[in-house]
Amino acid sequence: MKRKAVLAILLIIIGMFVFAALFAPLLAPYSPDQQNLCPGLSGPSSGHWLGQDKLGRDLLSRMIFGARVSLLVGVSVVLISLIVGFMVGAISGVFGGMIDQALMRIIDLLMAFPGILLAIALAAVLGPGIGNVIFALSLLGWVGYARLVRGQVLVEREKAYFESARALGAGTARIIFKHLVPNLAGPVLVQASFGIAGAILAEASLSFLGLGAQKIPSFGSLLAHGINFLRTAPHLTIFPGLAVFLLVISFNLLGDFIADYLRVEEKR
Amino acid sequence: MKGFLIRRLLWFFPVLFGVSLVVFFFIHLIPGDPVLMMLGESAQSAQVEQLRHQLHLDLPLYRQLLLFFTDLFQGKMISIFYQQPVFQVIFPKLIATLELAFSAMLIAILIALPIGILSALKKNSWLDFIARTFSLLGVSVPNFWMGPLLILLFSIRLGLLPVSGRGGISHLILPAFTLGLAMSGFLSRMSRASMLEVLGAKYLESARAKGLKEISVILKHALRNALIPILTVIGLQFGALLSGAFITETIFAWPGIGRLLINGIFSRDFPLVQASVLMIAASYLTVNLMVDIAYALADARVRLWRER
Repeated sequence: MKRKAVLAILLIIIGMFVFAALFAPLLAPYSPDQQNLCPGLSGPSSGHWLGQDKLGRDLLSRMIFGARVSLLVGVSVVLISLIVGFMVGAISGVFGGMIDQALMRIIDLLMAFPGILLAIALAAVLGPGIGNVIFALSLLGWVGYARLVRGQVLVEREKAYFESARALGAGTARIIFKHLVPNLAGPVLVQASFGIAGAILAEASLSFLGLGAQKIPSFGSLLAHGINFLRTAPHLTIFPGLAVFLLVISFNLLGDFIADYLRVEEKR
Repeated sequence: MKGFLIRRLLWFFPVLFGVSLVVFFFIHLIPGDPVLMMLGESAQSAQVEQLRHQLHLDLPLYRQLLLFFTDLFQGKMISIFYQQPVFQVIFPKLIATLELAFSAMLIAILIALPIGILSALKKNSWLDFIARTFSLLGVSVPNFWMGPLLILLFSIRLGLLPVSGRGGISHLILPAFTLGLAMSGFLSRMSRASMLEVLGAKYLESARAKGLKEISVILKHALRNALIPILTVIGLQFGALLSGAFITETIFAWPGIGRLLINGIFSRDFPLVQASVLMIAASYLTVNLMVDIAYALADARVRLWRER
């Protein structure tokens, strides 16, 4: 019962962010760029629930639009990584041999770069912008899925159904989509949930460093702006950070939940 | 054993070479003319040609690659912004980053190990619940939020510690905690799992049957074995520490290599960016190599398994 309540809270939090992102122009009380210089840096009030920034822009409205960037990047990176990772992993696992060896070495090489370094370097080369952030994060993102899928393919290959499907004359593509995909759905879903959390965090980090989305507000760039006014207007730092934290912890916990659920199902 | 060490060492160099290749090609991925990007549209053509020549961009690709490695090894790569050899610029910053990273790691270990062990010993108690909540928070609180919150509390409200810069111990505390807390969340989770696994082992029963005190059973027998996987995680987390250093150094104006790289990006100092990326990746690879070797030396099972 308690677990169900926690899961409900997680889904409500994620649902609220998704809702805000989808209907941002309708929900935001002000335009995110509307300036109002008189009461700049003022804290939360009835007119501006989360306060205003230096230029008098409404923080809540900017954060509602920021949710768009976060979720867009999070979901796109995971989708692209998933598709590329699935194909590479499946090819590697099914064909084996030289192809497998070559692909695994490429993966080893990509993993030699610590976390966000490659994304930063790419953002440096390609210039800032959402599209480039998605590209840079996907470039490393697929590696985890490829390993996962390859590992699963190697496990499934040994099982009896694989052999019998082969014996009945099923082609490789048919075996992959008819038999492997359903078996892979669970673990991939877990990794995708953690992946969204990771991509949201990475996007916010890049935007915080000035290498992310330009012109449109994102949680990271809001924080980078807010930190300059930590002494006089701490709300500019506290609220965007809280939003990233809530999103990340919700997706991380959701991943845990799915993993637990799968473990229980497996035992049955 | 020897075979594994040699293979592991031999693997290190091709990977480092691969990483350098990737770094070399960065400059060719830039849309448009990199030299014009560095100097700006208003640069004079003589200046442009001079820089193009300095960066060997006027030569065929294979010559560029050759000269890239020659310059790298002879320390002749010049930073455009500092007008100094890049490694002279990088080394002092790298030391500042390593100072920060190792302090953070020490803090993380000092926090995470006791928490992980206690929570494994008192599994499913309220203590375990608090410890697990702590580790979840540690993993999920982004360091670009943790840092400002710590500044807000300890520097602005309480006035106990400096806001930014590098100086004595007092300057180090907040950035090291910001970086260390994130790692301690992950590490305490791992320590708990590793300790739980060891606690179920048969040899602990025989240690108890010998009449050893519980505390020495746990410290001498259980902890010792639980430490092996924890050690690996510490090594692997070093990469995460280096990544976290970009953010932490920016927040606290810590003069490390992360900040140097970010500033290099904004001043379009591509040789400096290339060398910094290479240095960071190389330190990451070296730490992983050392961890792998330490792991193999410590754990006979891995040793035998890998030799098979």
